[in-house]
Amino acid sequence: MVISKKPLHFIVATLVAFLPLVTVANPTNDSTIVEHTSVTTETTTVHHEEESKDLKTEIKEFINHHLQDSYDFHLFSYKDDAEVEHHIGFPLPVILWDNGLHLFSSSKFHHGESAAESNGNFYRLFHGKIYKVANAEEQVAVDAKHHATNEKPFDFSITKNVFMMLVVSIIMFLLFTSLAKSYAKNGGIAKGAGRFFEPIILYIRDDIAIPNIGKNHKKYMSYLLTIFFFVWFLNIFGLTPLGVNVTGNIAITAGLALITYLITTFTANKNYWGHIFWMPGVPAPMKLVLAPIELLGTIIKPFSLMIRLYANIVAGHVVLMSIIGLMFIFKNWLGSSLSFVLAFALSLLEILVAALQAYIFTMLSALYFGAANEEHHHDDAHH
Amino acid sequence: MEKLLEQFSLGLFFWMLVIFVALIFLLKKFAWKPILDAVNEREEGIKNALLSAENAKKEMQNLKSDNEKLLAEARLERDTMMKEAREIKEKMINDAKTEAQTAGQKMIEQAKASIESEKNAALAELKAQVSTLSLDIAEKLLKDELSNKEAQTKLVEKMLGDVKLN
Repeated sequence: MVISKKPLHFIVATLVAFLPLVTVANPTNDSTIVEHTSVTTETTTVHHEEESKDLKTEIKEFINHHLQDSYDFHLFSYKDDAEVEHHIGFPLPVILWDNGLHLFSSSKFHHGESAAESNGNFYRLFHGKIYKVANAEEQVAVDAKHHATNEKPFDFSITKNVFMMLVVSIIMFLLFTSLAKSYAKNGGIAKGAGRFFEPIILYIRDDIAIPNIGKNHKKYMSYLLTIFFFVWFLNIFGLTPLGVNVTGNIAITAGLALITYLITTFTANKNYWGHIFWMPGVPAPMKLVLAPIELLGTIIKPFSLMIRLYANIVAGHVVLMSIIGLMFIFKNWLGSSLSFVLAFALSLLEILVAALQAYIFTMLSALYFGAANEEHHHDDAHH
Repeated sequence: MEKLLEQFSLGLFFWMLVIFVALIFLLKKFAWKPILDAVNEREEGIKNALLSAENAKKEMQNLKSDNEKLLAEARLERDTMMKEAREIKEKMINDAKTEAQTAGQKMIEQAKASIESEKNAALAELKAQVSTLSLDIAEKLLKDELSNKEAQTKLVEKMLGDVKLN
């Protein structure tokens, strides 16, 4: 399969793309790191064992909570002198479809402490998901594996991630429309905040779209530009203390990958399908073997896009938050300051990763579009 | 994998598709198309400006060489004209000189001729007068001779004193 005219470019892109699959640190591994380090602290501070264990689970829960979507925009919590927890943030609308539309504010859940009532139905939060319960007092039933067995209504709530996507969309819309307008006002020269993004737009056009797609690149430009800035901005927002983890959510990356897959499939030319179902230049029996492999390949490609972005962002968040959590476990000037330095360095790395993952997603999408648009020009390669 | 599937939220997936597709189309209409058009236009403008500058430079060079050619031609023409003028001048001077010479020669010759003729006329008159005088003298002498010899010589001398050659 010949994908690119520039094999070196492709090799570098795939190398960078597969790097995170090798080095990825998944959540379970990471919690073992936390445990491991806390074992060492336990040996040194025996009398703090009970407290440290509590802290450990608290950090673990906090990280898990951070990675998950939620129904309210939670900024931070604190305990006052009377040991009463206060949550700072704002609720978001919950939209459910359960034999009729149910629309209510997530403040009704009282942060999962009580069931919310809407049109005679009761709903309860359990591990970040909404379950239907019979009445206000009933708890969500769980099976042996601690999985909820209650009925789940169709959930179209404006969750924190949806809210953040809307915010980023509005920012992008305002930013780039103002950039577009500034051209007319200033005689073809960009002005204002959008000016910073013009070179990036040109980079995506000249170094991602044109080399990979070629003369048909124009119809893909809108998608490539949108996806690059969308992923990049969301990645950057994920690093802010707002604590949003949009691109580290499998549903989001699945949606992005699905759109790339659909665009590739529906804009592909005859040549592309020819290479999939009847690979030219190989003996007939090989063609039969290659067809299902190639067909599977078309699905694996967007699937790898989905997993790559998800895994990178989740891994980054987990590692970063674990190291920040270490500061509270160590509770001494050496360990805490060391983990602070580590967290700082990792944050810088994550800023790079935020841009890099957006670039890789865009680059590989462009590569797939290019493959779908390749003309039949390499006949001599088969002789 | 099980955890991933459990995490997968259909509602979030739905909203993501709606928001993202809407964002693509909105940005396409209001941002990407105008931005890319403006950038393309600017690039075209720069290309055209460079091209026209190059053309202007070439034109300038052509004009310059044309000018030089014209200047050289003019210089050549001036030289030839001056040469011609000098030649004409010299010719005119020579012509005038020869003409004047011939005219002078002619006048001299005429004067000479008239002098000659005058001289001849005067000589002829002198001759005639001399002859009449001689005749007169001879006559008178003859007459006096006939009367008084002394008187005769006196007469002759007197007469000769009267006659001055001129």
